Amino acid sequence: MPYSKKVIDAFRNPHNYGKIKDADGVGKVGNPTCGDVMWLYVKVKDDVITDIRFETFGCIAALASSSIVTDLAKGKSLSQMLKLTKEDILKQLGELPPIKIHCSVLAIDALHEAIYDYLLKNKKLIPEEIEKRHQTLEKEKTAIREKYKGWIEKEEELHQDDQE
Amino acid sequence: MFWIIFRHYRFSGSSNLNDPWVIHANTHLEYLSGKTQDESAGSIVLITKMPKEIYLDNAATTKVDSIVLEAMLPFFDKDYGNASSLHEMGQIAAEAIEKSRQTIAQSISASPEEIVFTSGGTESNNFAIKGIAFANKDKGKHIITTKIEHKSVLNTCKWLESQGFEISILGVDEKGFVKIEDLEKAIRPETILVSIIHGQNEIGTIQSLEELGAVCKKHNVYFHIDACQSYTKTDINVQNQAIDLISVNGHKLHGPKGIGALYIRKGTKIQPWQHGGGHERGMRSGTDNIPGIVGFAKAVKIGLDKNHIEYIKKLKDKLREGLLQISKVKINGPQNEKGLCHILNATFSKIEGEAIAGSLDLEKIFVATGSACASKSLELDPTLLAIGLPPQEVNSTVRFSLSRFNTEEEIDKVLEILPKIVEKLREISPF
Repeated sequence: MPYSKKVIDAFRNPHNYGKIKDADGVGKVGNPTCGDVMWLYVKVKDDVITDIRFETFGCIAALASSSIVTDLAKGKSLSQMLKLTKEDILKQLGELPPIKIHCSVLAIDALHEAIYDYLLKNKKLIPEEIEKRHQTLEKEKTAIREKYKGWIEKEEELHQDDQE
Repeated sequence: MFWIIFRHYRFSGSSNLNDPWVIHANTHLEYLSGKTQDESAGSIVLITKMPKEIYLDNAATTKVDSIVLEAMLPFFDKDYGNASSLHEMGQIAAEAIEKSRQTIAQSISASPEEIVFTSGGTESNNFAIKGIAFANKDKGKHIITTKIEHKSVLNTCKWLESQGFEISILGVDEKGFVKIEDLEKAIRPETILVSIIHGQNEIGTIQSLEELGAVCKKHNVYFHIDACQSYTKTDINVQNQAIDLISVNGHKLHGPKGIGALYIRKGTKIQPWQHGGGHERGMRSGTDNIPGIVGFAKAVKIGLDKNHIEYIKKLKDKLREGLLQISKVKINGPQNEKGLCHILNATFSKIEGEAIAGSLDLEKIFVATGSACASKSLELDPTLLAIGLPPQEVNSTVRFSLSRFNTEEEIDKVLEILPKIVEKLREISPF
């Protein structure tokens, strides 16, 4: 496998997977059409992430990144975690093949979206950068949905051809 | 130490269904019998700790049969002459080539002069398509192919598009079959070539050569098939199938890599694609790869034994039945005699193919996946999309491809490990 030992270890024994039913914030990123989907749940107390879990549909790099981001975030303050970048994940994972870097970005996005959700629900101030990133992700989601819709329509057209 | 094991194994020359590691261990023990107790004890521990790999990626490539390897070896350092040389050593080489050519020709009921050796499937496909295109461009510049081709066909066609040719790409039905009426409709007066994969490499669909060939013949259009995956696994007979060009290669059937052939029906108007010293009667220049050619022919001879096909089929049936015991597993591609005996493609819904393949990899079980994550360009497998699988399902596919060297015990092992992997990944999945 074209992965470092750290990636394989994280993939083989992922930490913190599963759902938090009464989560204070949930971040849902990715799209199964493109490959990876990451759902991240956080419990927050006094601006500190007290518990964090993930559910991921994805490849080795995505699962490893999910596990690493939850390890990094547990017990940390929200403000600290809003500064987390993909480089922090990559540092923990050793290396990722260039084509898999987007998996570490996905993990950061999932975490920031979960925090965004928490801040929004609790009517707290949302930092500008996080707001911006949220808007970008929403736009991407719509774009992918559109693309996917086109694909479905094309399939339906083909199907009609079959029936004729 | 490894070197000794390897050398010993290489010359052991057995070609049964034994696992190679077992052979290593046995021959190694024999070899060590003359050594001191301590030395051998240490080595035995080393060997028994070696993981036993289960290779289920035989559609990617296969291991060289040791009988094939043995047949090849003299042509590296004993009979290493150049077949173009007129002296005795050259003639030994030339004779070996012609004998091999006969074997390949006989396997498809062709004559030897209709076989041109190449460097493999990619070259054969390039040669067939470009060779026909440029030799017949005065008649027309339209070529027909399908959505489920190997990249060496699709990208050759794409390149021809840049050279002023027009390419029509046919879709397939949900099992991967080209519809005869679609082909019939696509053929125009300026069509010069139809190129279709015979045995599909992801889902195993075997196209009907009789029907497709008849349509091409009726319209006087050349018919090329890429038979790299199907060769020796299903019958090809140019006497009663109207095929003009056939691409085959060695490494998919326990022969060596770097060797292939193109069958060109007598009278076909084709232009050579590789120029030089006029080898292969001017059709393909370049010093003949004699060890490769000899190994290829040997592999074909062994591969034609129908018992192998029955054996592989039995293993595949066992694997399929086992996979279907796991919940939410779907098998893709034809599961009757219209599917290749060695390819089994399955969708494991809610989990991603590369994660499954990666988990199996850690257990020394080697498979392939159609998932975008596993491709070098993050692209979904076009064949699986062409048969109508939604993208998410394509991302959840795993391809198991078997060979006569696999065993029932190996399938049992896979079926013991795989459900646990699927269960764990589904536990992690949000769906």
